[in-house]
Amino acid sequence: MPSDPGGAVPAPSAPRRVGAVVSRLGTWLRPVLPRLVLGGLGALGASLLALAVPQVLRWVVNGPLIGGGNLSAVVAAAGLVALLGVLEAFLVWTRRALIASPGTTAEREMRTALFDHLLDLPIAFHDRWAGGQLLSRSMSDLSMLRRWMVFGLVMLVVSATTVVVGVVLMLSTSWPLGLVYLTGAVPVIWLGFRFREDYKVIARRARDQAGDLATTVEESVHGIRVLKAFGRGEDALEEFAQQADELRGTEIVKARTLSRVTFALGTVPEVVLALTLGLGVWLAARGAADLGDLVAFFATAAVVNAPVERLGQLLAMTMDARAAADRFFEVMDTEPALTDPAHPLPVPPAPPGGSRVELSGVHLRFGAQQPGARDVLDGLDLVVEPGETLALVGLTGSGKSSLLGLVPRLMDVTAGSVRIDGVDVRDLRRADVRAMVAIAFEDPVLFSAPVAENVLLGVRGLGEDEALVRAEQALAVASADFVADLPQGIATVIGEEGLSLSGGQRQRVALARAIAARPRVLVLDDPLSALDVSTEAVVTQRLRSMLAGTTTLVVAHRPSTVALADRVAVLEDGRITGVGRHSELLATHPHYRYVLTALAAEHAEPAR
Amino acid sequence: MSAQTRAPRDAEELASGHLTATREDARTARRRSLALLGSLLRPVQARAWATVALVVLAQAAQVAGPALVAVGLDRGLPALRAGDAGPISLVTLAYLATALLGGLLTAAVVRVSAQVSQAVLLDLRRRVFRHTQLLSLEFHERYTSGRIISRQTSDLDAFRELLDGGVTTLATSVLTMVLTAISLAVLDWRSGLVLLVAVVPGIVLTRHFQVRSQEQYRRSRTASARLIVRFVETMTGIRAVQAFRRERREAGRYGALAEDYRATSNAAIRLHGRFDTGLTLIGNLTVATVLLVGGLRAMNGDLTVGTLAAAVLYARRFFTPLAQIGMFYNAFQAAVAALEKLSALLAEEPSVAAPVHPVPLPAARGDVRFEGVEFGYGDGPTVLPHLDLHLPAGHTVALVGETGAGKSTIAKLLARFYDVRDGRVLLDGVDLRDLDPRDLRRAVVMVTQEAYLFSGSVAANIALGRPGATRAEIEDAARAVGVHDVVMSLPQGYDSPVDKRGVRLSAGQRQLVSFARAFLADPALLVLDEATSSLDVPGERLVQEGLSTLLTGRSAVVIAHRLSTVMGADRVLVVHDGRVLEDGSPGALVEAGGRFAELHAEWRASLR
Ligand SMILES: Nc1ncnc2c1ncn2[C@@H]1O[C@H](COP(=O)(O)OP(=O)(O)O)[C@@H](O)[C@H]1O
Ligand SMILES: Nc1ncnc2c1ncn2[C@@H]1O[C@H](COP(=O)(O)OP(=O)(O)O)[C@@H](O)[C@H]1O
Ligand SMILES: [Mg+2]
Ligand SMILES: [Mg+2]
Repeated sequence: MPSDPGGAVPAPSAPRRVGAVVSRLGTWLRPVLPRLVLGGLGALGASLLALAVPQVLRWVVNGPLIGGGNLSAVVAAAGLVALLGVLEAFLVWTRRALIASPGTTAEREMRTALFDHLLDLPIAFHDRWAGGQLLSRSMSDLSMLRRWMVFGLVMLVVSATTVVVGVVLMLSTSWPLGLVYLTGAVPVIWLGFRFREDYKVIARRARDQAGDLATTVEESVHGIRVLKAFGRGEDALEEFAQQADELRGTEIVKARTLSRVTFALGTVPEVVLALTLGLGVWLAARGAADLGDLVAFFATAAVVNAPVERLGQLLAMTMDARAAADRFFEVMDTEPALTDPAHPLPVPPAPPGGSRVELSGVHLRFGAQQPGARDVLDGLDLVVEPGETLALVGLTGSGKSSLLGLVPRLMDVTAGSVRIDGVDVRDLRRADVRAMVAIAFEDPVLFSAPVAENVLLGVRGLGEDEALVRAEQALAVASADFVADLPQGIATVIGEEGLSLSGGQRQRVALARAIAARPRVLVLDDPLSALDVSTEAVVTQRLRSMLAGTTTLVVAHRPSTVALADRVAVLEDGRITGVGRHSELLATHPHYRYVLTALAAEHAEPAR
Repeated sequence: MSAQTRAPRDAEELASGHLTATREDARTARRRSLALLGSLLRPVQARAWATVALVVLAQAAQVAGPALVAVGLDRGLPALRAGDAGPISLVTLAYLATALLGGLLTAAVVRVSAQVSQAVLLDLRRRVFRHTQLLSLEFHERYTSGRIISRQTSDLDAFRELLDGGVTTLATSVLTMVLTAISLAVLDWRSGLVLLVAVVPGIVLTRHFQVRSQEQYRRSRTASARLIVRFVETMTGIRAVQAFRRERREAGRYGALAEDYRATSNAAIRLHGRFDTGLTLIGNLTVATVLLVGGLRAMNGDLTVGTLAAAVLYARRFFTPLAQIGMFYNAFQAAVAALEKLSALLAEEPSVAAPVHPVPLPAARGDVRFEGVEFGYGDGPTVLPHLDLHLPAGHTVALVGETGAGKSTIAKLLARFYDVRDGRVLLDGVDLRDLDPRDLRRAVVMVTQEAYLFSGSVAANIALGRPGATRAEIEDAARAVGVHDVVMSLPQGYDSPVDKRGVRLSAGQRQLVSFARAFLADPALLVLDEATSSLDVPGERLVQEGLSTLLTGRSAVVIAHRLSTVMGADRVLVVHDGRVLEDGSPGALVEAGGRFAELHAEWRASLR
C-alpha cells in the first residue's frame, strides 16, 4: 500500500517555548487553576509530611518512650503517629480528588474545541490533512497534555522547589561544601539544555510518526476492499510494519537521549557529593568544619538528589507535552480560509419564480496545481435562470465538481463571483448560503444513523410527523423503494455502524437528502451514475416533475441524465463554450457531441 | 448506538458491560487478555529479566552512597586526623566509582526497558494489523473502521503506559519492600508479624480496587472507542456535514461522547485516588500499631528502645513504595482492559477462512462454475437462492439487472469476499475455499465503483496492482486506460501525491487510476463492477479499447448499466432477484425480445 508519511502533513510550525505553551494553555487552565493550585499544595503538603514523619518517629521513640516508659505516653505517641498518618492519607486524597477532575475537564474542553474548530475549517483543509494526524492530535496529544498539567507540571514545581530549598539549607549548613555541590549545577544545566534541544525534535518526530501510523491504519481499513481485491494484505502489512518500525526506532532514539540526561542527572550530583565527602572530611580534620554539620549536610543532600534525578523524567515529559501542544495549536491556529463575512448581508428574499444563480468571471485554482497550468475554471460565466434545470456537461476532470462546490460555498472562487439572487455568496453567512443550496455529491456520504435521519440531514424546523412525511416523499422521488424492505424500514440504521447498502442504493438516499431539504437551489453531481437503466428512467421522470420551479444545476455524463434538464451548458477548458438545448448542441457543438454520444464517435475530436 | 441495530455486535461489547455482561464473560475476557500479555512478553523474556537485573544493580549502587558517607565520616575522618589520608581517599574513590556505575546502570535501564517495550508494541501492532487484514469483509462491515483505529491507537497507548514505566517501578518497589521486610524480620520478628496483619486489609482493598477498576477501565476503553468512531465518521463525511449545516449537531453529539469519556476517565482516576489513599492509610496505621505494640513491649523491658526505633523506621520504609506499586497496579488494570479489547479483536475468526490444505493454481485459465450456490449476507435474508452457472474461460460475460438484483453479490463471491452458504464456486475446477489465496488473488482481480486511492503518489497507487512493477510498466498501464496525460499534467507527474483519498483527482480520474491497477495486475479473470460509472463517454470508450486488448483470450465479468459497455460482451446474463432470467449473446437477447431487449430499446432511445 503506498504511503507517504508526513507528506500529508504541512511542515510543523516553529516550536514554541515552554513558557509560551503554558500561557497558551492558560485559556483552558485558568478555569481549573484554583483546584489545580490547591491540589498542588496538597501534593506538596503530603510530600513534606512524608519527610517529617521519620523525624517525628525518631523524636517520639527517643522522647516519651525513653523518658517515661508509662502506658499513657506510649498510647499518646502511637496516637500521634496514627493521627499524622491519617492526615497524610487525607492530603493524598485531597490531591487526587482536587486534581483529577480539573485535568479531565480541561482535556475535554480542549478536545471539543479542537473538534469544533475542525468542523469550521473548510474542505480544502480536510483534503490536505491526513485523518490519523487529526485523530492522534485529538486523542493522544490531548491526553498527554492532561497528564502533564496534573502531574508533570505539578511535580516539576514541587521538585524544583524541593531542590532549591534543599540547596539553600545545604549552603547554610556549610557554605564551602554547598558551593562545591552547586558547581555540579553547571554541567547539569548545560546538559539539560543540550538534552532539551535534542529531545524536542525527536519527541515531535515520534508524535508525527504515530499520527502517520494512525493514518495508515485508517486507510488500510477504509480501503480494505481494494486490498482484498488485489490480495495486497501482506504488502500493506509490510509497509505498515516498516512504518511502525520507524516509530520504534524514533522511540528508541528518544530513550537513548533520555538515558544520557538520566546518566548526567544521576551521576553528577553523586560525583560532586563524593568530592564534597573528601573535602568535608579534610576540612573537618583541619578543624574547619563541624562533624554534626557534615552529617546534616549529607542527610540533606540525600533528600535533594532524588528530585534532581526525577527532573530528567519530568523534563522529558515536559518536552513531550510541548510537542503535543505544538501539534494541537498547529491546527487550532489554522485560520479558516473560508469564513463568514464580518458584516453579513441578509438573505435575499426568495423570488416567486425561483432563484437565479450567476457565476461571472469565475477563476478557480488549486494550490497543488502545476505552476504554469491553466486555472481549473478560467474566467467562467454561467447563469442558471430562475426555476430552470441546467445540465453541466464536460469531460472528466474538466472542473464540473469543482464548479458545483462553489455554489454552496464549500470552496471559494480564486477570482470572480458567484451570486444567488444578486447577492455574492461570500457576503452571506455560510449557514445561510447552505440553507439556500442543497447538494448531492458524486460519492454519496451516509452517516451511521437511521435512513430517515440521513435523508433529513438538511431539514430544519419540522415536527416529527411532518419530517417523516417529508423523508418518505423524498425517498419516493429518488425511487428508493428498497427502504421499505429494510428490516426496520425507514428507521433502519445504515452507514458504517448499520446495514451496508449497494452503491445505487446509497446514491438514491443521498439524492433524497438533497431533495428533502427543499432548497432554493439544488446542485446534483452526476446523481444517477450508479443507477440501472430502468431505475434511472423512473427517477428521472419523478425528479423532473419535482424539480419544476426549483433552480437546479446537474452534472451529467449520460444523455439520460441530460434529459432532466431544460438547457445544457458545456464546460471546456475552464469555460462555458456553449449553452442550449440538447438537440441544438448535438447539432452545432462538436465537443458536446464528442463528450456525450458514443454513437457519434466517428465525428469525434482526436484524443484529448 | 440505537436499538435498531442488529444483534449484539460481538463478544467484546458483551464483555464491556454495556449489554448484559455476565461474570463468566468478564472472566473469559480477562483470561484472554492475560494470555495475550503472556504471549507478547515471552519473546522478550530474556531482555525483560535483564532489565530487572539492571534495576537491582542500579538500586544497589544507589544504596551504597549513604553507606560510603557513613564509612567516610566514621573511619576516614579519625584516620585523617591521625595523619592517614589513605582510608578517606579510598572511600572517596569508591564513592566516585559507585556514582558512575549507578548513573550508567540507571541510564542502561532507560534504554533497555525502552527496547523491550518498543519490541512488544511493534509485535502487537503487527499482529493486530495482520489480523484485521485477514478478517473478512463481513467482519469489517460490522466492526467499523473507527473501532479498529481505536484499537491500534488509544488501546495501544493504554498498554504502552504499563510497559514504559511499570516494570521498572515495580522491580524497584518490590525490591525495597522485600529487603526492608527481611531486615525487619531479622531485627525483631514480632514486629514483622504486625506487618503481616496489615496484609489482610491490604488484600481486601486491592481486591475491591481490582473489581471496580477493571469495570471502570473497560468502560473507559469503550467510551474512547466511541469517541474515535464518531471522530472518524464525522471527518470522513465532513463535506456532507458542512453542506447540510450539521456542524452544531455533530459538535453536540461529539461533546456528549467526550463528556462520557471524561466521566469514565475521571471515575478511574478517582478510584485510583481512593486506592492510593487507602494504601497510605493502612501503611501509616500499621506503623502506629508497630509503635504501640513495640512501646508496650519496651515498657515491659522485652524490647530495647534502640531496636524499637529501628523497627518503627523499617516499618515506615516498608510502606513507602506502596504508592508506586499502587500506581503500577493501576496502569496494569488499564492495560488489561485495553488488552481485553485487543485480544477480542485478535480472537475474531475470519468467516472466510484460509484453506488448511491449499490447492495451488499457478496458471489459471479463468473457467468459473457456480454449482447450486445459495448465499445471503451474515444471517440476513437470502440474496441468491440457487445459482448454477458456467462461465467458460476466455469469454467476456456481462451481468445486467436492476440495482439490488444481486450482480455485485455474484461478483464478490467470485473474488471470494464471502463464502457461499450452500453449493460451491469453482475456478478451473477448484473450489475457491480450497484454492491457495495467493493464486486466487493473482488469478481474479475485481475493480469496483468505489475507486479508493491511498495517500501516496499516483505511481504507488497504480503499482498496487503489481508491487515491484517498473515505472515503464506503470506508465503503460496508465496509457492503456487513457490517464497518462492527466498524470503528466500533475506537478510531479507520477510522483505527485494524490492526497487524502485521491481528492486531487476528479472522480472519473480516480476510476481510471484504479483501472490502471487492474491492467497492471493482469489477471486471468477480471471482474468489473460498475467500474466505469463515473467516466465520461470518451473515457469509457478508451477504457474499452484498452480492455479489448487486455481481455483477448482472458475471462471477464462485467457489470455495467450502460449498454454501450454491455453490447461488446460475448454473453449477457440478466439477473433479477438473485436469479438469472436471460442468458445469451447480446444480439440473440435483443432478438428474443425479453427484458434485455426492452433495456436495449430504451437505451437506443436515450441516445437521440
Ligand atoms: N483538491 C484539489 N487539488 C488539486 N487539484 C484538484 C483538486 N480537486 C480537483 N483538482 C483538479 O481539478 C480538475 C477538475 O476536477 P473535478 O472538478 O473533480 O472534475 P470533474 O469535471 O470530473 O468533476 C481535475 O483535473 C483535478 O485534477
Ligand atoms: N454487505 C451487505 N450486507 C448486507 N446486505 C447486502 C450487502 N451488500 C448487498 N446487500 C443486499 O443484497 C442484495 C443484492 O445486492 P447487490 O448484489 O449489491 O445488488 P446489485 O449489485 O445487483 O445492485 C440487496 O438487497 C442488498 O441490499
Ligand atoms: Mg466530478
Ligand atoms: Mg452493485
